[in-house]
Amino acid sequence: NPYAGLVSHLRASWLSGKTRPMEYRVAQLEALGRFLDEKKQEILEATELDMGKPSFEAFFSEILLCKNELNITLNNLCHWMKDEHVDKNLVMQLDSAFIRKDPYGVVLIIAPWNYPIHLFLVPLIGAIAAGNCAIIKPSEISKNTERLIAETLSCYLDNDCFAVVTGGVPETTRLLENKFDYIFFTGSPPVGRIVMTAAAKHLTPVTLELGGKNPCYVSDTCDVTNVARRVAWGRFFNAGQTCIAPDYLLCTVEMQDKLMPALREAITEFFGPNPRESPDFGRIVSDKQFRRIRALLGSGRVAIGGQMDEAERYIAPTVLADVLPSDPAMQEEIFGPILPIVVIANMDEAIDFINARPQPLAVYAFSCDSKVVNQVLERTSSGGFCGNDTLMHVTLTSLPFGGIGNSGLGKYHGKFTFDTFSHHRGCLHRNMGLETLNTPRYPPYTQQKLRLLTTTFEVKRRGTCTLL
Amino acid sequence: NPFAGLVNHLRASWLSGKTRPMAYRIAQLEALGHFLDDKKQQILEATASDLGKAPFEAELSEILLCKNELHETLNNLSHWMKDEQVDRTLAMQLDSAFIRKDPYGVVLIIAPWNYPIQLFLVPLIGAIAAGNCVIIKPSEVSKKTEKLVAEALLGYLDKDCFAVVTGGVPETTRLLENKFDYIFFTGSPPVGRIVMTAAAKHLTPVTLELGGKNPCYVSDTCDVTNVARRVAWGRFFNAGQTCIAPDYLLCTVEMQDKLLPALRKAIGDFYGPNPQESPDFGRIVNDKQFQRVQRLLGSGRVAIGGQMDEAERYIAPTVLADVQPSDPIMQEEIFGPILPIVIIANMDEAIDFINSRERPLAVYAFSSNDKVVSQVLERTSSGGFCGNDTLMHVTLTSLPFGGIGNSGLGTHHGKFSFDTFSHRRGCLKRGMGREPLNGPRYPPYSQQKFGVIRATSKVTRKNDCTLL
Repeated sequence: NPYAGLVSHLRASWLSGKTRPMEYRVAQLEALGRFLDEKKQEILEATELDMGKPSFEAFFSEILLCKNELNITLNNLCHWMKDEHVDKNLVMQLDSAFIRKDPYGVVLIIAPWNYPIHLFLVPLIGAIAAGNCAIIKPSEISKNTERLIAETLSCYLDNDCFAVVTGGVPETTRLLENKFDYIFFTGSPPVGRIVMTAAAKHLTPVTLELGGKNPCYVSDTCDVTNVARRVAWGRFFNAGQTCIAPDYLLCTVEMQDKLMPALREAITEFFGPNPRESPDFGRIVSDKQFRRIRALLGSGRVAIGGQMDEAERYIAPTVLADVLPSDPAMQEEIFGPILPIVVIANMDEAIDFINARPQPLAVYAFSCDSKVVNQVLERTSSGGFCGNDTLMHVTLTSLPFGGIGNSGLGKYHGKFTFDTFSHHRGCLHRNMGLETLNTPRYPPYTQQKLRLLTTTFEVKRRGTCTLL
Repeated sequence: NPFAGLVNHLRASWLSGKTRPMAYRIAQLEALGHFLDDKKQQILEATASDLGKAPFEAELSEILLCKNELHETLNNLSHWMKDEQVDRTLAMQLDSAFIRKDPYGVVLIIAPWNYPIQLFLVPLIGAIAAGNCVIIKPSEVSKKTEKLVAEALLGYLDKDCFAVVTGGVPETTRLLENKFDYIFFTGSPPVGRIVMTAAAKHLTPVTLELGGKNPCYVSDTCDVTNVARRVAWGRFFNAGQTCIAPDYLLCTVEMQDKLLPALRKAIGDFYGPNPQESPDFGRIVNDKQFQRVQRLLGSGRVAIGGQMDEAERYIAPTVLADVQPSDPIMQEEIFGPILPIVIIANMDEAIDFINSRERPLAVYAFSSNDKVVSQVLERTSSGGFCGNDTLMHVTLTSLPFGGIGNSGLGTHHGKFSFDTFSHRRGCLKRGMGREPLNGPRYPPYSQQKFGVIRATSKVTRKNDCTLL
């Protein structure tokens, strides 16, 4: 077990109590902030090399959003750490009852390649804030970012309590043999199953941020120009390599006809007549991914884009029309700059289509009619939901971010990250005296004692609650 | 797959949306209340037959505590179900941002034999309240109660949405092959691993309420009489077959000498000179458990009790003194009416002893000195904690009940049950218009646009949070 020594070392640091004091956690979090500030340029360069990520996008997703999470946490940590006092029953009025936020211990964070800083750093913020030690396993696919993290993060964080492990599938498999006190995984559902199975051996709790095909329903009543821009932005950001990107569109054939020119116009407005020359459009991260996505193009008919350059791993912003549910693009999460349009007759068909498939990370619905948006929300199930836009719901740190079913389990962002990495320990502190209060519960049991206990303990049904 | 038809049936009911309206959930919950009222006598008789459970104890744990959870839920359901509005950024002031509480779908509740009604019914309350369909798998070990649940429960609940499955390990294994949307398991850690591994195949989230050896530290500064009564009560309730029972005592040799006569007196007060004749003391649930517990008696020296009657599966309330960490009784959760005392020199040694073992479901600490109780709380890790008493912390529905590490994952009771069985879905509803607000995020990217984005979405670091 090549990582046993490392895990033992972190566990010893954890048991020493080093990570518990608030000052320590604040110091580590502030150091993370300095990492983001001082290594900003290197982060932009590494992510550009890895997937042609435009600096603007990297700045936004890898720096700004991370700093927001950092500041929310630093601003609120002392509140989050406090014992939460809870309601007491009659018998416990003189006792102290509260929820203590305990760290788990040594946690493992496994990150993917598409937002390679953000997707380890945001969970790490919560792990540190909650008082844990952490091992970070960045993705080997985003090679330049992996190297940056491995070489520089340890200069900022306490090496007794935080470590970076690099490698591929074999190394991750060996790493997972160890007992962790929490595992936070972001990646694909098949690997999510492997991680949860490994966690089960040690009864380790997990958060799995997975993926799926996020449907985007566009009703007939909408502002076609605005819809096209918002959908195109969400689909082509990071060249489509976003777990919450709108994966496919559902609309009537009439709406498809209206959307097409609007999408064409949006794409041109964003990336110019030849997106390959735009500095604002990314590339596919690897040859393997490139070939996988290329194979999906044989679906429906190419209405916009379709051009490719294997040497650059460039796939043009592409829209496929008249895609059938049986087409290749509808069999797997696309994770590339291709937007298939599947024609349906009406909203009910769209909802049935969505519900016949695994629950996605996000459901999107566009309509000027708020009842339509509400219906889609009400009658579908997904990790999160956004009406009349794409991606934006995950930029709000007050909303929990996570999947359901195949798209994952658990949630984070903002306080939810702190809560993910804390054990909520129910605590009661009673008086050593006042023993007479306890007598009714002791044997020998009598009806009188039972009546007394019932009176002091029972929770009565109140008048009917006002209906929603 | 013998249960596929049943699971499909429940899933179809789930997809029909039948369980969503609040009125439906309330009706099912009220029906559960009628079950408890109508079948009270049968419940007392079944549990008396299964484990010699004293009617007083059964009324308390199987009826009263369950009705409290029911009333707590009925009193608050409309609040819990409401969308939770959340803080918004500057850019989203005109949007609607909220957390929607969605059901998971079809959930499985697997219950053990020691509190055979409570330990399926309390989770069931949360599952129904959150809008799910449920399969209940009661324990085959508490045979009479299993029969009662299988024959009577569905006379009260909607058979389209709720079902009871009976059987042993083979049936449970087949049942677990099916895809559930949540699995709630109460039982032993080894079986918890099996359940989580099965859940991992379908990426099913789980709550595991497991067990362990709950340490009970008694400091030298305490009221010995009160301590002895509270510890004896917690240990011998249900003949020791309680997941949160104090499993072993840690104290100095001087305190052991003081406690023994006090424990002897408490046991005499509770059960009389011959506990086998007391109507208030339970029996071991079956021969296998009896033989297991009996074997643990070869540890330390029998200071109180030790008598047994195999025909009745009676084991006297027993206290073992001078037990060694290597003794049989310190190798597994006792789950019987035996209290071993392990000698330590001081509080620090006690804390080290606790921390060198698996994290238990509960840690108990008795001291007249509040600082001692706080130290034990601070320096150990467990599911829950109670100072100066045993068991009582789990009777407060406002405290989360659950384990950590080997003692489990997830929490329930009160609102925590509702939260366990709900998916918190982050939702954002934006306007179809006001497109200029989105302008800065679109390509072509520019420094100016980035400036606007940063200004509108940045979270600034506030002044230092007041230290704890």
